[in-house]
Amino acid sequence: MQSFVTLPERIWYYTFRVICALVLLFLVLPILVIVPLSFNSSEFLLYPLTGFSLRWYQDFFHSPEWMNSLKNSAIVAPSATVVATLLGTMAAVGLTRARFRGKALLMGVLISPMVVPVVILGVASYLFFAPLGLTSGYGLLIMTHAALGVPFVIITVSATLQGFNTNLLRAASSLGSTPLHAFFRITLPLIAPGVVSGALFAFGTSFDEVVVTLFLAGPEQTTLPRQMFSGIRENISPTIAAVATILIAISVCMLLALEFLRGRAEKLRSSLPGA
Amino acid sequence: MSDMSPAVLLTNTGVPMKAQLRRIERVSQLKSLALILPLLLFLIVTFMLPIAAMLRQSVSNPEVVRVMPATLQALKHWNGKTMPDEATSRALLSDLTRAGGDGYALAAAGKRLNMEIAGYRSLVMKTVRHLPEERAAPSARAALLTVDDRWGDPAYWHAIARNASPTTPFYLLASLDHNVNDQGEVVHSEPDRAIYLDVFARTFGMSLVVTLVCVLLGFPVAYLLATLPTRKSNLLMILVLLPFWTSVLVRVAAWIVLLQSGGLINSALIGLGLTREPLELVFNRTGVYISMVHILLPFMILPIYSVMRGISPSYMRAAISLGSHPILSFWRVYFPQTVAGLAAGGLLVFILSIGYYITPALLGGPKDQMVSYFVAFYTNTTVNWGMATSLGTLLLLATLILYAVYNRLIGANRLQLG
Repeated sequence: MQSFVTLPERIWYYTFRVICALVLLFLVLPILVIVPLSFNSSEFLLYPLTGFSLRWYQDFFHSPEWMNSLKNSAIVAPSATVVATLLGTMAAVGLTRARFRGKALLMGVLISPMVVPVVILGVASYLFFAPLGLTSGYGLLIMTHAALGVPFVIITVSATLQGFNTNLLRAASSLGSTPLHAFFRITLPLIAPGVVSGALFAFGTSFDEVVVTLFLAGPEQTTLPRQMFSGIRENISPTIAAVATILIAISVCMLLALEFLRGRAEKLRSSLPGA
Repeated sequence: MSDMSPAVLLTNTGVPMKAQLRRIERVSQLKSLALILPLLLFLIVTFMLPIAAMLRQSVSNPEVVRVMPATLQALKHWNGKTMPDEATSRALLSDLTRAGGDGYALAAAGKRLNMEIAGYRSLVMKTVRHLPEERAAPSARAALLTVDDRWGDPAYWHAIARNASPTTPFYLLASLDHNVNDQGEVVHSEPDRAIYLDVFARTFGMSLVVTLVCVLLGFPVAYLLATLPTRKSNLLMILVLLPFWTSVLVRVAAWIVLLQSGGLINSALIGLGLTREPLELVFNRTGVYISMVHILLPFMILPIYSVMRGISPSYMRAAISLGSHPILSFWRVYFPQTVAGLAAGGLLVFILSIGYYITPALLGGPKDQMVSYFVAFYTNTTVNWGMATSLGTLLLLATLILYAVYNRLIGANRLQLG
């Protein structure tokens, strides 16, 4: 800080930094607090720690309920991600190329699953599909989770398509490539960062979704967040801290993957001529 | 003359170039629409049809029409002031006799009438139980009065007459603390039933508080991130994005651990001498606010940050070099340029807040529940589809209005994600 800065300015500068530090601490505090407790030997979720133990992880991996919910999440989330990514990417490509009146409205409709309260979607789906006998099994859960993930795919893919140079496709076409071939060899590699981050968002949405699952999943289809919901509601135990830590580790991986993709996308964009 | 006209460009197949280009353009547009279509169909089935069914259910009223068609027909000629005539009473008895075989339909009609007047369900069931003796009686009217003198009260007949149509505004009105009285006027519900306007007010009030706190906490952080050198701000950004990516349930669990009476926050407050007794920070409004702000803060920071990133620092420098006080130039020059980000973040946080269910359900007390809780409650606990869907309809309406404002001001395609 330069010497001509006045004292009030200096005080304000540090106060501002302290405020920001406190807010950022507020944001990460819960994550910092829950992780050590999962390795604590005590049965109570209280500080100070009493000793190192992996028994809560053992509990988790030996509990049939938790393992069943882990299995269900491992079925539902990837399936929902595939459906959402496929449909969302196609629609984003179409939306970028199409010109028609009401396009903004259509975009708004396609993104609306993101803002409609999930309780409403849960109740509505249950009301609509239960008389048809479709509420047992994974199918409906996967489809509804996919609907919740689609807006994220559209947003991220559309954003990458904004910087896409359509002359590349014209060049490919003039050199004799079919549109489909050009899509897989030129468009897809270039928008891949957007597609993958959209897929990550869709996966995160399904993997963390509990409200729709409350309505649509039977005891057989209980997912990890659903199991956590009952756990927190009944009696919050260190096993939940262990599950939380595992989920935090997964979030860190997804965040790192996303940051890596962002870096790649920026590099690709800046290395392209005319883009 | 024909030599003078401009030559029409032809393709190698002899078609005018202009027409050919137009055709190609049209085919390309159709292909684009074909790419959108699968998703549109998918969302119609998984999202729009269920919601349309919910809207229809909120005005659906088949129970009484199904069980008491003859009674309803006879009540059309009723004066509405005294107990209806012999023919109407006879019609009710024959309706109940017919319905006696279908216990489910009868129970549904009883439940529906019970919403009009408490105790109606048991009245219907009692009358059905006494049916054999009633049918033998010479006067249906007298027989009904012998079973229960409530049949002499016109209010009980009005309740049936009000349900003559298979659609009803009953649930939507009840969700707004209103009902239709015996004279057919819309009136305010009795105090013991009038709880929903309070719930809506609470929902909007709590969302407003959450949004304002998010603005107050998010603005400085966004400013810091936008003004720091890229390397440093990217590092700090991870502190914003990590909680954003962490499961909501993980964060709720962590807040319970942190805020409980023996938790770290209370230990710290006692250690600092700020309080002697542990404060009640969880399973009440405080806990709901803390965790909701925590969950929604990244949704506020990210749009403000992205707007601030695009603001050139030269304007502020120019204002200060022209002699304006730094605080004044911040307020007059910098702040107005951030309003777009504030509006985007504020609306998004508010829209997401009004639909919250998990956080109040796990961290709040009975007085902290929002509309979503009652939608779930009427679906799971008491199975009152009418109330569940009409509260849902009103919540959806509020959300869609705010979303339309958002689209108008910001544009759905401008949503920022990380």
